Amino acid sequence: MARMKFLCDAERCIECNGCVTACKNENEVPWGVNRRRVVTINDGVVGAEKSISVACMHCSDAPCMAVCPVDCFYRTDDGVVLHDKDLCIGCGYCFYACPFGAPQFPQDGAFGLRGKMDKCTFCAGGPEADRSAAEFQKYGRNRLSEGKLPACAEMCSTKALLGGDGDVIADIYRERVLRRGKGSEVWGWGTAYGPGKPGAQPPAPAGQKS
Amino acid sequence: MKKLLCLVAAFGLALGLAACGEPEQVVVYKQGKYQGKPDGRPWDSEPLAYESAKWAKGDKVSWETQIKNRQLGQHEHKRIYQ
Repeated sequence: MARMKFLCDAERCIECNGCVTACKNENEVPWGVNRRRVVTINDGVVGAEKSISVACMHCSDAPCMAVCPVDCFYRTDDGVVLHDKDLCIGCGYCFYACPFGAPQFPQDGAFGLRGKMDKCTFCAGGPEADRSAAEFQKYGRNRLSEGKLPACAEMCSTKALLGGDGDVIADIYRERVLRRGKGSEVWGWGTAYGPGKPGAQPPAPAGQKS
Repeated sequence: MKKLLCLVAAFGLALGLAACGEPEQVVVYKQGKYQGKPDGRPWDSEPLAYESAKWAKGDKVSWETQIKNRQLGQHEHKRIYQ
């Protein structure tokens, strides 16, 4: 079965924030909440600037799920980590546990009251009837039930952000890395060159390509 | 009087030994279980009308096949050069 994952190619991301905008628009995410954001390192340094689009990574062993005191998280058959907002108490433990800063909390009411947690759903909605108004209002659009992939990945102009079954997108990424001969550092050997294939070798440096 | 002394001694003994128990001091972490509402599965929905994505309602395999084809649309080497 598919295990839905995101993979962002730092060699291709041009920091256009198209994924952020697509997510905001598709799911009508409120002000102050960013389910996806683009992180840039070495900003402005020629040749060293790298950007990557980050959201919930739908971890196989999700720390948010482990720390939730009300057990509102679940994993779907496709490996997407979702939560039930009717159970969430907005405690913020998941935010502290998440290494990617994915859980977001809308601030509203008196004294900046922290609302129920909101995060990337891999455009898979939540525990309401699929494609219902309640699901859209609480969790956003359910594109997977429409046979589509997350809006951020499908809108990415340079196809830096890949979304889908981990094996399929790792294959796409691997072929890319092998063709251009660089850029495997972010996702590591296994993703870039294959899952432990005997005799697998790194590609020759760009200058030595035949 | 002797009876009262015995009673007080027994009470004192019980009180004195009350702190000598050895309850388990190590926290045992239990894996939580999802407490929320059940969620539907994507292949249980009808494909949208006027959309290219087509699968048989309730058929996981056909849904997976069409979503895999869609994923390969992200692969420009296959999409453009095939």
